[in-house]
Amino acid sequence: MLTCKEFLQELNDYLDDAVDIELRRHIEAHITECPNCFVILDTTKKTIQVYKGMQPQVLPDEVSSRLNRAVERMLTQKRNSTAPR
Amino acid sequence: MPATTEPGIFDESELVAKAREGDTAAYNQLVNKYSPKIYRLAKHITQHEEDAEDVLQETFLKAFEHLGDFQGQSKFYTWIVRIAVNESLMKLRKRKSDRTVPLDEPLDTGEDTVVREVAVWDENPEQKYSREELGQILDEAVQSLRPVFRTVFVLRDIEELSTEETAEALGISIPAVKSRLLRARLQLREKLTRFFKRKGDDVFAYL
Repeated sequence: MLTCKEFLQELNDYLDDAVDIELRRHIEAHITECPNCFVILDTTKKTIQVYKGMQPQVLPDEVSSRLNRAVERMLTQKRNSTAPR
Repeated sequence: MPATTEPGIFDESELVAKAREGDTAAYNQLVNKYSPKIYRLAKHITQHEEDAEDVLQETFLKAFEHLGDFQGQSKFYTWIVRIAVNESLMKLRKRKSDRTVPLDEPLDTGEDTVVREVAVWDENPEQKYSREELGQILDEAVQSLRPVFRTVFVLRDIEELSTEETAEALGISIPAVKSRLLRARLQLREKLTRFFKRKGDDVFAYL
């Protein structure tokens, strides 16, 4: 039987699907008997989901064109400095 | 049989090789592919729009500069993430010149994993808030994490890098990634619980 502390230590690997069957069984046994750990597992899972569901960041047009100009400037400089004389 | 490049499929190593030889168009393709992700990452770590834009430009200028050092053993994306994270942390250090934010600051031994608030959440907590409000709640929660935790959380759970890629990008060990991620997730859970918990259910936690 896992203690709550041991459960917390394994929580991440469990959430990331990186525990073996044996440990998975112990974790699942623990959460059926420990309502607090059940809630911690559930709300941590939701925490991750809510972040994954965030709108992807769009690159504002002006940021993008300033980036392209900066890259362009650098590439031109490189070309000029390495061009055969 | 050699790997076939289907039309429209992005052959990254070839683009990198061409860019290294000075092919401008190839490098621009890499820039356009990864710039939104790098910008988002920089914004999350620096929590500052101007800094994020500086980081974005620096990352792609430095990456080109050092393209010769890129060995191709790791993915190009992981490699530029590492540059972007370093640039972002430098920005943070500059802004908080009184407080240094080393990436390898010693971690205290577990007080952060203490769980203080346990409460059931609403079924669909996101729906209690408008998209803007939700975005703000999530951003502020991430912002409140210490940089050591924030960077790991951003890379693992927002940018969805693997544990190994995160370790590589940050230059830290896999166990360090795991323990920081656990603390970050638990701290965020704690913060979000204040917004998302089901009303009238607090008692449940102390049964």
